[in-house]
Amino acid sequence: MTEGRTLFEKVWADHVVVPETADTPAVLYIDLHLIHEVTTPQAFAQLRERGLAVRRPELTLATMDHSTPTTPVSSFRDLAVVGEGAANQIRQMEQNCLDFGIDLYGFGSEHRGIVHVIGPELGASQPGKTIVCGDSHTSTHGAFGALAFGIGTTEVAHVLATQCLLQRKPRSLAVNVSGRLPAGVTAKDIILTIIGEIGVDGGTGHVIEYRGEAIRALDMEARMTICNMSIEAGARAGLIGPDDTTIEYLAGRPRVPQGDAWDAAVSRWLGLCSDANAVFDRSVSINAAALQPMVTFGTNPGMVVGVNDPVPDASDASFRKALEYMKVTPGKPMTENPVDVVFVGSCTNGRLSDLQQAAAILEGRKVADGVRMLVVPGSQQVKRRAEELGLDRVFAAAGAEWRESGCSMCLGMNGDTVASGQLSVSTSNRNFEGRQGIGARTVLASPATAAASAVMGRVADPRKLT
Amino acid sequence: MDALTTLQSRTVVLPTRDIDTDQIIPARFLTTTTREGLGQALFHDLRYDRDGTERPEFPLNDPASRGAAILVAGNNFGCGSSREHAPWALLDYGIRAVISTEFADIFRNNSLKNGLLPIIVDVDTHQWLIGHPGVELHVDVEASELHLPDGRVVEYPIDAFARYCLTQGIDQLGYLQQQSDAIKRFEEARPWKP
Repeated sequence: MTEGRTLFEKVWADHVVVPETADTPAVLYIDLHLIHEVTTPQAFAQLRERGLAVRRPELTLATMDHSTPTTPVSSFRDLAVVGEGAANQIRQMEQNCLDFGIDLYGFGSEHRGIVHVIGPELGASQPGKTIVCGDSHTSTHGAFGALAFGIGTTEVAHVLATQCLLQRKPRSLAVNVSGRLPAGVTAKDIILTIIGEIGVDGGTGHVIEYRGEAIRALDMEARMTICNMSIEAGARAGLIGPDDTTIEYLAGRPRVPQGDAWDAAVSRWLGLCSDANAVFDRSVSINAAALQPMVTFGTNPGMVVGVNDPVPDASDASFRKALEYMKVTPGKPMTENPVDVVFVGSCTNGRLSDLQQAAAILEGRKVADGVRMLVVPGSQQVKRRAEELGLDRVFAAAGAEWRESGCSMCLGMNGDTVASGQLSVSTSNRNFEGRQGIGARTVLASPATAAASAVMGRVADPRKLT
Repeated sequence: MDALTTLQSRTVVLPTRDIDTDQIIPARFLTTTTREGLGQALFHDLRYDRDGTERPEFPLNDPASRGAAILVAGNNFGCGSSREHAPWALLDYGIRAVISTEFADIFRNNSLKNGLLPIIVDVDTHQWLIGHPGVELHVDVEASELHLPDGRVVEYPIDAFARYCLTQGIDQLGYLQQQSDAIKRFEEARPWKP
């Protein structure tokens, strides 16, 4: 019997243009290149210097999200970009896309949004594709059974010019999540638990495949939340085998194949899975039934604890430094910490179902005095759908700010920041020192936990508010 | 990219583990459209107080560390964001090699494409280097060897292709362009089109 192959190995093998040798890496073909304004200007400059064209502009999808403002406006023309640097970056993006023939979902496009929200929304992220972007959270698209990973700007230029990358094949890691998730516990809690378990470097050099009953039971948006944070465990990528849930999500979206081509694609996609006898280089198992809402207490996403559990202690200098920065006391639960800011949004948790989870907690309740809460839809489409469902009114009635789409407070480079010393409960992906602003203290959590914390004015267990 | 065949320098030591690329260069400095001039933003919020004065306790601000081209850092250096601004900032500041027990994948890739050498060493060597800040090291890039002042020679792992590009100063885009016939054949032969 031949040795089985993992899903990752199948997708990899399907894209090898030139196989790797001891002396040279593989030439790997890229099916979808997502680009945004912050990590591309130097790549386009390199193309210009060498007089090169973009090889496959139609396989390139562009938007603007990182340095764009999210302040509410009645027309996109009123969006005031914060800072001359950001404004220049945005102008260059528009010019580069125009000059090189790339479709840009820019200001004024009803499809603009965070790059990892709009790729799936448009149906461009599909099973079996290789997908890259100059952004580490490209792992998000692995939720569709694609091999999707972040690259640097030099590699962005490689893909623009040749539609290929030079890559060594990573190893494989199976993360099995068995059992049923208890009520009030979400995909965010699963992935935070996994990162806590394997560590922020636990996935280095590996592609993770998330498997098991609890993963199968998740909808596509929840699967995207899981795959999104693969990079926070250091993994090159994270993916989930496509199934009926995947197909249902993709059906009817603008960029999926049409007619007979759709049927052919579906049958190819449903055949994409790890063989029963496939061997992973490593595997880890988690029982979903035992999970609870999770929050971070330190300055990386692996420093995570159950919302009611005591913050652990350790003697090493890096650990102590993190606790000192966070002003968190070991032995006490995170629920003892008062909250200044709550942020619901980002490529991790800025989709419709995330906003619905937050709205379910906020309905008929108020954001506590002294707490600023921002709700930032992941895309203009998410914004439109949420408004159709009246979620914006729920947020406004509770005293939260309803914003335009963008990366916003996930990273302090677009005007949305957390002030020094303030504690922010955030549905984003990184609690690094200063990530949300100089001196900002970030607690990562699910949308439900974030909303509950906004209501209570301190870090809170959402199960007590349902 | 400048070729890097040998390197001789004192070290500067940052023992903290999991130093992420937001520490190396905070996001607010990414609104640039060039690769140059990012050295002043390197480790900005660790290096400077809010009023812009240098924090004397930060190792890079130690007068004895000025000019050091080798950074010794804690485990899992460069984790987080894919920003290539991190190696650009390190290089612009004058760092040519970083020594750690492990590097995040994207940071390592980005570094090698810009002539910044990531050197992975065993825990014992790492501990020794952390305990002896400012020692003079010699790196033989062609041989993938780190020469310690006490005469020890530590071989470090590096991808053969990356080493070749580094020592010859070759940029990989040129190599990829030479594959254009194979790329065209691949595109034509695919059973499905993206």
